[in-house]
Order: sequence, then structure tokens, then C-alpha cells
Amino acid sequence: MAHHRISVTVNGSVESVDVPSNMTLLTMLREKLGLTGTKNGCTAGECGACTVFLNDEPVNSCLVLAVECDGAEVRTVESLARKGKLDPVQQSVIDHNAVQCGFCTPGVLISARALLDRNPDPSEEEIRDALVGNLCRCTGYVRILDAVKDAAQVGAASETGGSR
Amino acid sequence: MREAHPGLPDFDYVRPASLEEASRFLAENPQSARPFMGGTDTFVRLRDGFWKETRYLVDVKNLDGRAEITFDPRNGLTVGAAVNMNQVVADPQVRAHYPLLAQAAHRVASYQLRTRATLIGNLCNASPAGDTLGACLLFGGILRVHGVEGFRDQPLAGFFQGPGRTALQPGDIATSIRFPLPVPGSVGHYEKLGRNVLSDLAIVGVTALGHPDSSTASGHRFHLALASVGPVPVILRDLLTQAPLTPEALDEAAGRAMEACHPIDDVRGSARYRKFMVRNLSRRALNRVWEGLQSGHCCE
Repeated sequence: MAHHRISVTVNGSVESVDVPSNMTLLTMLREKLGLTGTKNGCTAGECGACTVFLNDEPVNSCLVLAVECDGAEVRTVESLARKGKLDPVQQSVIDHNAVQCGFCTPGVLISARALLDRNPDPSEEEIRDALVGNLCRCTGYVRILDAVKDAAQVGAASETGGSR
Repeated sequence: MREAHPGLPDFDYVRPASLEEASRFLAENPQSARPFMGGTDTFVRLRDGFWKETRYLVDVKNLDGRAEITFDPRNGLTVGAAVNMNQVVADPQVRAHYPLLAQAAHRVASYQLRTRATLIGNLCNASPAGDTLGACLLFGGILRVHGVEGFRDQPLAGFFQGPGRTALQPGDIATSIRFPLPVPGSVGHYEKLGRNVLSDLAIVGVTALGHPDSSTASGHRFHLALASVGPVPVILRDLLTQAPLTPEALDEAAGRAMEACHPIDDVRGSARYRKFMVRNLSRRALNRVWEGLQSGHCCE
């Protein structure tokens, strides 16, 4: 099977990575770059645990080939906190106890951050719509919705300019 | 037993430099090479053990700058093959002139999946459950296809030949789809039944499109496209033309839709359940379109 040498910017660092054709972005992040915050859930684009930013848009990293990311910019959950300060969405999820096992949380945080970057003042329906691809099997969704609502209300996106 | 996290099988990733090169490669390797766009269906099928003969995945999404949506007031809308579903949903021209298309695209899976999923990919995948097939058919979509002989136009009518089967031949790559201008005053609506309210595959999908027509007794003309109730989308054209529109007439048209489809039992629903749901969702969709026609607003 063919291997490819790609150059990809991950969380601000330019990485040169050797990847086989069939390696997903998810596997590259976890196994080549040691970024295990991004989780492997369903490998079918349904659970959203593997959600990351690819060129500023959220994607299921289990459904993207690493080789397709040559020249791209990727941001994972590890990029959200800046200089020891949590992203407002992260802080709000903690404040609302919106985490139980935590497996879905990295994907939820990326989807929520993506929503607030494109729409700093979403309605509840818009929040639900943005998080429809992130399944949680522990807490239920009410606390997660409340956390995102609060993060929006504190003007998270405008204060920080998002996490970009 | 199926692995909890199956990896992708071995294949070589191929990125051709041009459409010509891509078509030639695909035509020379008809069994072992497969084109892909966003990959949202392709990778899942590969992981699930389908397509065991695939040796080459040919990335056709970045050829010839096909990531644009353009609208021409005379010729209609053209959506490039690399345009993702979220771009279709958000595009001002789509929302202004083809809101049904934006509504259907919005019902595909989740936001992050729609970042990768494409309208052209949804069509070429030819799943009977595809959310956008009905809207594309009712708007009279015409695919632009590049094959080994060059470009040709491929109307969507007759394009779908069975689950996962289309009129495309080895070497063919759909590069864009064009939709003629809708009939003035057209109103559309998509009703989808999934196992949850949002994001799931359609157990039944009903797309309805209606428009004023002074030549009919009702003053209108309605069309339906039914998803997930046959090997290809079921189309009912020219409904509700014979008599003035009444709630009873809409009920009767919904009953005709139920009679016209022949679904199967599968993991997502029984055939009997699907038929009843076709009637109910068709009634709902036709009523929404009628309301929109009366108010002069496109419904979404």
C-alpha cells in the first residue's frame, strides 16, 4: 500500500507525517501525533466523538483520510485552552457538570465552539441542530445545552474571537 | 465477530492531476478503482466490508475548481461537485430560489458530516434513502458528467437504476449539477421520518413541490418524490390538477402515494409501516405546500 509524506498544521505546529493511504485523520492524530483528546467512537460518522476542525470547519475525523489533509490546518480539543485559560465553552461545560464519562466531551466542545464561531448568539433550536452529530450516553443533553447557552450568553465568541 | 473499531482495508489513494487523467484511470480499472468526493459513504462502506475488490480510491473533488455555486437568472442554479452540503444549506441563491433544496440538504445527518458530504456524492451514491434525491429530481436536475469521451449532460430522470446503481459508467465523474429555473411561484417541502427527529437515515422521506398552473381545474400542479420505499425514488407527477383543492383532495392524493410505493421490510421499518407513513407524510407535505402556495411564501 502506498505511503505519503504530508505536511499538515496541527494546533498551530507544522507537522511532517508519513501516512499510509488508508490512515484516517483520527488515527493520525491519536497514533502518530499522540493527540488522544480526540476519541474513536463509532468510526462511522454518527457519534461525533472524533470531531475536529479541518480548515476551520468541524468534521468527523474518522471519515477523513490523513493524506487528504496535506497542506491543511487541523485543530483538536487540545487547542481550545490558551495559555492555561480554558475556552469559555470548556469552562461552561465544567460549571454545568455536563460531563460524566467524558468520552463525548471533546467532540461536543469542538461542535459547540464551531457553532459559536459562526453564530455567537444561537437559539436553543440552533444549538440542538449544531450538536445533533454528538451523541452522549451518560448525562443526557440538557446540561450540555445549558452549558452552550451560557457560554454564548457570556459573549464567549466575541471576547475570545473564537479559538482561532 | 465484527471489530469494535474496524480500520479501513488496504487501498492506494490516487489524486489525479486532471479530469482526463481521472476518467482514464477509472475506466482502465473498472473493478478496482472507485471515485470519491467527501467519502462519508465510501469509508463506511469500505469499513463494513463492502467493495472488497477496491484497490484504488480516486480523489476527484479537487479537479478543475468545482467548489462553486452559481446562479444565472436565465439558466438557473449550478452546484459544483465539491460543494458541501453546509454550503448548499447556507447559500443565499439556493435559499432564495430553491429553498426546498436547502431544506433537504439540511436534513442530511449532522453539521460535521455535512462539512464533507456533497450533493453530487449523495446523488451518485444512489441510496434510496438519500435526502436530497427527491428535491434534485423534482427540480429537474441535469448532471454534467466527464467520461473517457469527454463531457456530456445526464438528466437525473433515468439516472437512478437501483440501490447504489446509476447510469454512470466506469470513468464517469459527475462534475456539477444544474437546475433549470423553477416554475414561478413554486413551493416545496421535505418531510422525513427517521428513528430520531434529526440526523438519522430516512425510514420514509417525502418531497413535495407545487406551483400555480392556470391550465388546471385546481389552478395548481403538485409533484411528489418518495424516498426509502423502493429501490429508486418513486415519483408521482401532476397530482391534484383535476378538481378544486380541498383537504379531501389532498388526502386522496396522499393515498395515491401510498398505493404507488412498494417498500420492503428492513431494520429501519416494516413495509406496512412505511406505507402508512408515506400516506401520513405525503398528506402533511402536500398541506404544507398548499399553505405556502396560499400565503405566497415558500415553506421550509
